[in-house]
Amino acid sequence: MRFPESFSNIPGRETFARSQVLQRSWPFVLDMCVAGIGLACFYGIVVIGRYWFGHATSEIVISQSPRALPLYAFYSVVRIGLAYLLSLVFAVGYGYVAAYNKRFEALMIAGLDILQSIPVLSFLPGVMLAMVALFPTRQIGVEMGAIVLIFTGQVWNMAFSFYSSIKSIPRELSEAASIYQFSRLQRLVQLELPYSAIGLVWNSMVSVAGGWFFLMACEMFVLGTRDFRLPGLGSYLQTAAGTGNYVAITWGLLTMIAIIVATDQLVWRPVIAWSDKFKFEQVESGSRVRSPLLHMLQHSRGLRSLREHTVVPLGEGVYRRLAEGRKDPAAETLAKATGTRAMRFRPSAVLRWGVLAVATVAVIYAAWEALALLREVHGSQVGEIFKGAAATFLRVNVSLVLAAAWTIPVGVAIGFNPRLARIAQPLAQIAASVPATALFPVLLLALVRLGGGMGIGSVALMLLGTQWYILFNVIAGAMAIPSDLKEVATLFHFTTVQRWKTVILPGIFPFLITGMVTASGGAWNASIIAEYFRLKNQTLQTVGLGAVISAATDSGQFQILLLATIVMATMVVTINRLVWRPLYRLAETRYKLG
Amino acid sequence: MYKPSQFTENPYFTTIPMQPAIIRAERVEKYYAQPSENRIQVISPTDLSITAGEIVALLGPSGSGKSTLLRMLTGLSTPSAGEVYWHEQPIATAKVNVSIVFQSFALFPWLSVLENVEAPLKARGMEAAERRKRSLKILATVGLDGFQAAYPKELSGGMRQRVGFARALVVEPEVLFMDEPFSALDVLTAENLRSELLELWQNKTIPTQAIFLVTHNIEEAVLLADRIIVLGRNPGHVRTDFRVSIQHPRDRKATAFTQLVDYIYKVLTQPDAQPPALPQTATGKRVRDQRAMHYQMLPHARPGGIAGLLELVLDHNGKDDIYRLADDLAFEIDDLLPIVDAAQLLGFLKVTEGDAEITPTGTEYANSEILRQKELFRNAAVQNVLLLRQIVRAIESKSDRSVPEEFFHDVLDEQFSEEETLRQLETAINWGRYAELFDFDASRRRFIQSEALHHESEAAPTAEIDA
Repeated sequence: MRFPESFSNIPGRETFARSQVLQRSWPFVLDMCVAGIGLACFYGIVVIGRYWFGHATSEIVISQSPRALPLYAFYSVVRIGLAYLLSLVFAVGYGYVAAYNKRFEALMIAGLDILQSIPVLSFLPGVMLAMVALFPTRQIGVEMGAIVLIFTGQVWNMAFSFYSSIKSIPRELSEAASIYQFSRLQRLVQLELPYSAIGLVWNSMVSVAGGWFFLMACEMFVLGTRDFRLPGLGSYLQTAAGTGNYVAITWGLLTMIAIIVATDQLVWRPVIAWSDKFKFEQVESGSRVRSPLLHMLQHSRGLRSLREHTVVPLGEGVYRRLAEGRKDPAAETLAKATGTRAMRFRPSAVLRWGVLAVATVAVIYAAWEALALLREVHGSQVGEIFKGAAATFLRVNVSLVLAAAWTIPVGVAIGFNPRLARIAQPLAQIAASVPATALFPVLLLALVRLGGGMGIGSVALMLLGTQWYILFNVIAGAMAIPSDLKEVATLFHFTTVQRWKTVILPGIFPFLITGMVTASGGAWNASIIAEYFRLKNQTLQTVGLGAVISAATDSGQFQILLLATIVMATMVVTINRLVWRPLYRLAETRYKLG
Repeated sequence: MYKPSQFTENPYFTTIPMQPAIIRAERVEKYYAQPSENRIQVISPTDLSITAGEIVALLGPSGSGKSTLLRMLTGLSTPSAGEVYWHEQPIATAKVNVSIVFQSFALFPWLSVLENVEAPLKARGMEAAERRKRSLKILATVGLDGFQAAYPKELSGGMRQRVGFARALVVEPEVLFMDEPFSALDVLTAENLRSELLELWQNKTIPTQAIFLVTHNIEEAVLLADRIIVLGRNPGHVRTDFRVSIQHPRDRKATAFTQLVDYIYKVLTQPDAQPPALPQTATGKRVRDQRAMHYQMLPHARPGGIAGLLELVLDHNGKDDIYRLADDLAFEIDDLLPIVDAAQLLGFLKVTEGDAEITPTGTEYANSEILRQKELFRNAAVQNVLLLRQIVRAIESKSDRSVPEEFFHDVLDEQFSEEETLRQLETAINWGRYAELFDFDASRRRFIQSEALHHESEAAPTAEIDA
């Protein structure tokens, strides 16, 4: 059952495959399928394109009719999909260059480290304004802004995953590829991509979940009187909440959940099941994810034949060309051997250095100009920014403490009780997959009704977005505690305090820290839209760094926007370096089980 | 080079006749440059050649650079100095046709058996039909008929290595390199594969001209090879290079066979009579030989292992051939030699001519109970191991009775490679903790004064009266 059918009877197939080329009966069906898929894609592009270029008007009217929902959902999914594809390509390219270019490796990895921890949403106002200014029609600018923002939110962890996968390829495997003279392409296809597939898949899931968070924020983005909204699920929910249309809110949330469940079933499960074959293991593991869809795809004769007629011959041609290109290994290896020395004298190298120099000058100039902007900031405004920073810092930590306070006991209870876990985990997964930003207008509406203000609202939003990271990690940690440790605690009649102090807390510590790091990043991100929100034609805001950033964009005070963004990025990076990283290291050394 | 003068009249060893070489290494060496003036020599300048029609076995203890040498001969790794020639052409510019069979098999787990075997042919741009025909043929040759659709993880270790052989042989290499190909397999499977390989080679089923085998299993080398090269370490160098002319099939119990195994053990355990001359770099910088350096290299053996070995030697009446001890323990040389070296370093064991003889302290150590053992070990360690002595002194001289690991790391780094430095520290910590010379705080990465030692020094007057 393990053998994919395409390989199960190769000796007999050799002749069979040849006869298939002449057999015309079902390639026809195939052609129909291909044509159908092609038409569908074309239509999708046309719809998006018509809307992009057709709506040059500045006012976007968001319909509240449930009938508009499929189209809005489609727009949102396309945005996520485009941004994800862009991220995937960029991540692979970035990781590849970083892994193989010794000169830039250190720089590129340091860049990744910082970019990964900067709260991307703090750039939301800036990116939106820039994109609107950059593109001829306003709407396409906002559209690009959304995609760029989602891209910057999800690309870094994928790039890092690919890079570290390449770096950890076992030496003998990569030596095998060298001794058999694999071309770069064959190396990528047969070694590097398969080896990094599992890491890329898991990181893609995390990234896309994060993408929804950003997309919702982008789609419902309104600054003062300026309307940056995009037709999509996010704006639908926001409009519905703004007018108090509960029916529409319910429909919107249901659609959201349906999309997420469908993505999980139709995309991630088949992909995970498929990526199982890339597991670098010596023995087969017992349990694995199953997917009927994947089974169907793998056993479909149509698809296999499609592959045999398109991808396979194409690949053969490419490999032959590559091998011919290397017919003269002497010249090639000679060039390689002397390459490093010769590089400096080649004109292309001169050009490259020239480009590099120009880029450096440009960067320095731009940075200098930006810093010059800061001189316009008044003392009182600086005070305002730091007051806001303190308030946001406090809020982030309050939300973290609150989240930890309820998730640790609940998570441990779930983790220790397999039956409870079976019921609770899927529910929690669905709850967690709804992006917190989508719920925010709804939540705020409820709070305004109950008389709560923006202060509570922003903490609640942060909590909404971050608690799940901690909960899942605590559950995983509790499950990972070996049962013999728990038995020891029972055997020696440990008191409850002793049990928590010696078994449970140290056991879940590494997982807890992982969850808290992610949660902290998420909370900082959320502060941008949580502290300054436009609902029902009024702007709700509270004291905070996020509010400063949004308000500064609103009034066009770029110097304040810049300073506040710098302050926020510096704070997050500093906290990561000073607090989370040492804790992480402690978790990796002292509290590592096994 | 170690010259086995007393063996030259033996009919089983003959000197190597001159023949045109397929691969010839000329004064190849490998070293790593250090930030300071020193560099760490891994392999000292070595001449070596592989000629058609022979199976060459490269034997040596761990750290003798066997695998590094293999990688230089295949062109995978460039020597720091010297040159490797492929049919008298520098290997970097030659069209090399070699394969490697790896210890870990190095199969791509996401490709099926057939795809794994096809991959090298694909790299050469061979047409799909021809590729498949050749792959299936070679799979049949190594006995993998019917397994072409399986994935490597579904196969047993022996079957996986068969795939490794098939992949290596499908390109019809002129020289087949093998890097400890049987050491990840169980004894019976390894034996089976070895004899099948020998059969393919002797019947000329495969067009391979020469086989180069890296191993740490002495019997395996004597069983297969036409020529055996024994490497010494610190830095790696050729100890001896001789021809084996025992008729195939070779019988492990035959006198000629056991004699040869014993001889190789003698070479391996006997310190070099003359260390190889110190090489000079092109720039005139001095290359440091590790034996001439400050710190002796600690063999990576655990105190428990040393005690176990000493007890075994006692059981053998205090003296025995090392290969017989290895046989008793079912150990390969990489397992046994560090323990022998450690016991020798601590003065518990004396090794002459491949025989291990227990010393009086060794006897006392083996016969004592645990506390006395620790005391003996402590004395021997402080007396014989410079690094441990320095750590103890450093701790004593500090007011807070603790020294960062970093300090010794930096000192050792001057002399050993990064990897070896870490292993040296690990062994030192292990020995120091056992001997209660000091303790090590793993979270702060500091050497600290041992609790027991602390108490002992406070209670020193009474201890003296007791003594």
